[in-house]
Amino acid sequence: MAYAVHFAATILACWLTAQVLTVSKWTWRAPRVAILCWQAVGLALGLSAMGLPMAVGLAAYDRPTGSALLALAEDLAHGTLPAGVGAAHLGLVGIGFGIGAVLLTTTVRSIHGTVRAQRRHRELLSLVARRDPTVPGALVLDHPSAAAYCLPGVRPRVVVSAGTLSLLDRAELAAVLTHERTHAQERHDLVLLPFTALCRALPWFGWVRDAHEQVALLVEMRADDKARELHAEAPLAGALRRFAAAGHRVTPAGALGVGDRDLDVRVQRLLVADRPPRLLGGTALAVATTLVALPISLFLS
Amino acid sequence: MTRLGDLERAVMDVLWDSVPATSDGVTVREVADALDGRELAYTTVMTVLDRLAGKGMVQREREGRAWRYRPAATREAHIAQLMLDALDLGGSRDAVLVRFARSVTGTEAEVLRAALGAEAGLTDRVDDPRAGGPALDEATDR
Repeated sequence: MAYAVHFAATILACWLTAQVLTVSKWTWRAPRVAILCWQAVGLALGLSAMGLPMAVGLAAYDRPTGSALLALAEDLAHGTLPAGVGAAHLGLVGIGFGIGAVLLTTTVRSIHGTVRAQRRHRELLSLVARRDPTVPGALVLDHPSAAAYCLPGVRPRVVVSAGTLSLLDRAELAAVLTHERTHAQERHDLVLLPFTALCRALPWFGWVRDAHEQVALLVEMRADDKARELHAEAPLAGALRRFAAAGHRVTPAGALGVGDRDLDVRVQRLLVADRPPRLLGGTALAVATTLVALPISLFLS
Repeated sequence: MTRLGDLERAVMDVLWDSVPATSDGVTVREVADALDGRELAYTTVMTVLDRLAGKGMVQREREGRAWRYRPAATREAHIAQLMLDALDLGGSRDAVLVRFARSVTGTEAEVLRAALGAEAGLTDRVDDPRAGGPALDEATDR
């Protein structure tokens, strides 16, 4: 039973860590560390969710879950189950595998849907987007709304709309392009993918959505950091402000654009030049490593 | 860009720029003539149109022994579709794109959807309940 308690404790620790990560402000100064922490929490949570029912079902073996599973497989092959392992216990082990299967298939389905949508988007882009000498290496969509995005993939595309070109000045545009290229180079789409998949698998859990939103914001901040490294704060903050204001240009007073809150947070963050919190970041990484190591060690021993 | 992608684009440009919306399409020969400067073989143009039909970009109807081709949707409708994706209004639940920032108003969203709604063949991706969320509706009601 000790092993089940281990898994349960890991789940609790994951939940607590997620709560702390959600309310912490240091994460904004060290987005990469925070992203790693979120990934660790996600992985540890997934493994523990599989491990908990398995460990309860395999309590009779009194061994770590990994070797208990092997022992169970051997016993099943010989058709002899030890005392204390009944249908209910086997059912629990089955539930553990079921959770793993659900997590895996959701991720695969998410990848499948994403790749298909990306291919369609890429095809349309190649037919209607144009190249423009003012934005080398990027594609331009002739539309008055302001949009700038990255279509990720092996051959990523950075796309801006004509609305963006008229909205931003040269320096701001350069900062935005660097921001988008960072998304492409660091494959932020792959960072977000498991969290998106988890949102699809467990749509009724608010904190899963929160985690997804947090990671999405952190990814933006990471790309902002890269852009500020190369172009200084002012153009990037300017571009963000203009994007935030662009929503209001064509709307009646009072109607808010979508995503305004995140834009505000990102602009505020650029205005204060803080050093990354080394001590806090290091502690967070240590906690995250422990979280992942707990369930993995139980499965491997 | 691949040569084939380049050709597809050139052919679509011909269809979009030289076929009036009211006409019932053009033949392969007419497209090949419009692309005169490129000196393309008739069969090449036919292959490209065939591929585009397979992708749902062009529609074709048989007229006698020849096919007549016309664009499935306008260039503007395709751009509107891409912009809906770009502004995260396309209704996809997957992380298809990574955006710089989202700042779009209900009015803009309605304009984009209206551009699509007028087009046949593209409407299947527009009817997403999430796309017309309460925040957007509120914005447009004012």
